[in-house]
Amino acid sequence: MSIPAPVIPVLVFPGSNDDRDAQRALELLGAESPRVWHTDERLPAATAAVVLPGGFSYGDYLRCGAIARFSPVMQAVSAFAADGGLVLGICNGFQILTEAGLLPGALRPNDSLSFVCRDVAVRVETSESAFTSRCDHGRELTIPVKHGDGCWFADDALLEELDANGQIALRYADGANPNGSVGDVAGVLNRDGNVFGLMPHPEHAVDALLGSTDGALILGSLVDAARLSAAVPV
Amino acid sequence: MRATVLVRPKPGILDPEGQAVEGSLRHLGFDVAETRVGRLVDVELATEDRAEALAELERMCEQLLTNPLIESYTIELGPT
Repeated sequence: MSIPAPVIPVLVFPGSNDDRDAQRALELLGAESPRVWHTDERLPAATAAVVLPGGFSYGDYLRCGAIARFSPVMQAVSAFAADGGLVLGICNGFQILTEAGLLPGALRPNDSLSFVCRDVAVRVETSESAFTSRCDHGRELTIPVKHGDGCWFADDALLEELDANGQIALRYADGANPNGSVGDVAGVLNRDGNVFGLMPHPEHAVDALLGSTDGALILGSLVDAARLSAAVPV
Repeated sequence: MRATVLVRPKPGILDPEGQAVEGSLRHLGFDVAETRVGRLVDVELATEDRAEALAELERMCEQLLTNPLIESYTIELGPT
C-alpha cells in the first residue's frame, strides 16, 4: 500500500519571497505543497499542515506581519490551528503568527539595527514536538537567518511561563544570538504544540550543495507529523 | 475630523532606534538622557463627533495600529 504524500500548502502574501524555496524543500521531503494565494478563503482539501513562508508581506509596513494577519486565508489558518492543525511560520511567517495572536511574544527590530544574513547555530530545546521530532534534544543545528526584525520579545513572566511549559523549542547557541532576542529564543511553540514559529530558515538548509542540511530535520519532522495527522482523520 | 495617533514602544522594551538617535544627539553635543523613537499616524475621519471619533480610534489602535504587547498609544483629536 503506498502512502499518499501529505498536503502541506505554502501561503503566498504580497511580498512573500521564500514560498518557492519552502515548496521545493517540502516536496523534496515527501510532501505535496501547493502554493495558496492570500485571498483564498479556504485551505486545500486534505490539508495536513500549513506553512507561512518568509518575505516582506505588505512591505513590512506598520509592523512586520501586522497587515498580512487580516488576509482572508488567515481566517482559515486560525480556524485550522484552533482545531489542532499544524502550522509553521518561518521568519515573516513567524511575525505574522505572533501578530495574529497564534504565537506568544512579538518581533522587534534587531538590536544591531542591521539586517543579518548568515548561518547561525541553534540548539534544539525539545525533541517532543511535531516540528523537532527528528532532532535529538540539545543538538545544535546550523540554519541561516536573514532578517531585520528578528528580536523576539516577551516580558519576564511570559518567558518564564513559556519555559516552564516547554514552549521554547529552539534557542540560539551560546554567543550566537544574532538579533537580541530575549532568552536567546529562536523558535517558539504555542501552548498546544501545534503552531511553531522560528526566525531561521530551514527551507534554505535542505541541500548539501548549499551548505548545511539541518533544516531538513525541522521540515522533515513536520512532514512526518503531517503524514500521521493525514492518516488519522480528526 | 483629523486625528493623530502617537505610538510608542512601552517602557522596558528595547528600542535600538531610540538608542542610535540618542548616541547621535550626544555626539552632536546635546545633553540627552534618553531618546525613544515611535510612530505617528494621521487619520482623517468621516465623523465630526468627538466621542465617536475617539471610540473608533481606540478600536483602530487595538486592532491594527499598535501591538499592545510592546506599544502604547495616545490619541490627539484635531479641532473640528
